[in-house]
Amino acid sequence: MTRGITIAWLAFLLSVPLWMTDLYVLHVLIVAGIFIIAAMSLNLLLGYTGQLSLGHVAFFGIGAYVSSLVALGFEVHVLPDWAVRLEPKPVWLGMILGTAFAAGCGWVIGRISFKVRGAYFVIVTVSFAEVVRLVALNWVELTQGPMALNNIPALTLGIPGLFEFTFLRKPANYYLVLVVTVVCYVLIRRLVHSRAGRAMIALRENEPLATSVGVDVTRYLVLATVVSAAMAGAAGALYAHYVRIVDPDVFLFIYTVTMVIMVIAGGKGTLAGPIVGGLIFGLLPEVLRGFEIKPEVQWVVYGVLMILVVYFLPQGIVPAVRGWWERRGRAPQAVQEAAP
Amino acid sequence: MSVQGAAALSVEGLTIRFGGLTAVDNVSFEVREGEVLSLIGPNGAGKTTAFNAITGYVEAASGEIRYRGVRLTGLAPHAIAALGVVRTFQKTSVFAGQTVHANVAIGLHLRSRQTPLAILLGLPSVAREERQLEREAEEVLRLVGLEARSGDLAASLPYGELRLLEVAVALAARPKLLLLDEPVSGMNPAETGSFMRLLARIRAQGITVLLVEHDMKMVMGVSDRIICLNQGRIIATGTPAEIQGNPEVVRAYLGERYLHKGA
Repeated sequence: MTRGITIAWLAFLLSVPLWMTDLYVLHVLIVAGIFIIAAMSLNLLLGYTGQLSLGHVAFFGIGAYVSSLVALGFEVHVLPDWAVRLEPKPVWLGMILGTAFAAGCGWVIGRISFKVRGAYFVIVTVSFAEVVRLVALNWVELTQGPMALNNIPALTLGIPGLFEFTFLRKPANYYLVLVVTVVCYVLIRRLVHSRAGRAMIALRENEPLATSVGVDVTRYLVLATVVSAAMAGAAGALYAHYVRIVDPDVFLFIYTVTMVIMVIAGGKGTLAGPIVGGLIFGLLPEVLRGFEIKPEVQWVVYGVLMILVVYFLPQGIVPAVRGWWERRGRAPQAVQEAAP
Repeated sequence: MSVQGAAALSVEGLTIRFGGLTAVDNVSFEVREGEVLSLIGPNGAGKTTAFNAITGYVEAASGEIRYRGVRLTGLAPHAIAALGVVRTFQKTSVFAGQTVHANVAIGLHLRSRQTPLAILLGLPSVAREERQLEREAEEVLRLVGLEARSGDLAASLPYGELRLLEVAVALAARPKLLLLDEPVSGMNPAETGSFMRLLARIRAQGITVLLVEHDMKMVMGVSDRIICLNQGRIIATGTPAEIQGNPEVVRAYLGERYLHKGA
């Protein structure tokens, strides 16, 4: 039954570009999809290990910058008379390197946070994001600083000499983002329903008890940070080659906050939570704009909705709906649901 | 397999200080393979602190702890658990937001061999192992008698079953030496009785038990040997009968009036 619903959903999502002729709507969906990937990656840390990464946008931005720089090529003077030079490389290589570099940064953060939990983990991640932002802003030779990286090429895939396809148009980018989203979702689902996911949940729920039965919690916190950072980096790389301009504003704190809102409103620690939260809070500003509501009022509506969700559904939308559904089904006869 | 009666855990000259307070003072004892050894003593005698040192939660100021010849001092708790030395906690400690089954599944961590890469690739070996773990979790739940509670949230269990769940989580880690910290405190006599029967089943599996407990009926009923601590020092060691007759123990721990009754 759940399998049927999944297939129906996928079929619907695949069909969107076929009947949706308004390119602006596709653009909104693409950006929402990129944010959903980032929110899903944040959920792995926040929802499963219970550690809040308030600098999550750093991984997103690193993915965007590294991927763009590899695709554009660069020359930087490490010493006054010694320059490192990189010729432009294919975009797909940039995306892989951007993802890998973000994952590497995640590994470092995870290792630094060896014994750091709760508020201290938040501080480590916020500081990290701020440092990265300052580097992007001030290392002008590499990043162009506030002038931004322009003319970033779009992703081109193909077999040399046979065919080539460039992801320039909206439908193509829509499918690209959809595929990456589905891949990330499947990876997270596998992780969560495994020994590793149980170890992460154990860290969140009761760390001393987890260690007493042999869970090396730090190892799994590092694993979660690496996977999470890699996915955020991949989202950043997708973003860079879609909008094709990257400036230090990608590191703005508000983007991290947006991801956190998506995760918490949708339901942290659930697989569907960041998707639901990402769709609602990713599409909401555009829907409000559609009603020709002034931007200031839009933000007020956005904020009020957020407060209402947190106040009435503190666990998030997905757990609330699931709880309602189960109570409804239990009325005639108790349902034995398999472990979630 | 280990030889019955050989030293499994040996504690030598263990001293633990918290600031100026010496909680455990030059304590030496050993736990033999297959036995149930109890640590008793009034509150603050250092029983739980000794537990914490053995399982790596507290650093010893001096002394050495070995399990089957392997030094435990300086190892992290998870590494000690991996050697087969698993503990429960004095204060009820479960994964409250998870189902009973999920609690035990977390406890099975050491029984599982999945690597992160195999998990991300979704290899069939992972799915096979998950089914195997499923069966093992049910086995553990049957052993402690919680199989009917499998799908319930841990937080929804009554107190007695919560304490059973703690033991189930520890048992899932397949301990060779199980350290139980006041497992029946707060239980009613019927619950204590059924816990004693569970302890017999645990023993029958060849698991050595080190027990900290205040319930004397339980301690006298299940222990092979008893060590009595007072103010961080061992004041007596012996069989339950010897301990009950030891005037030092009776005075320090059971109270003056037992001295007259015992004499």
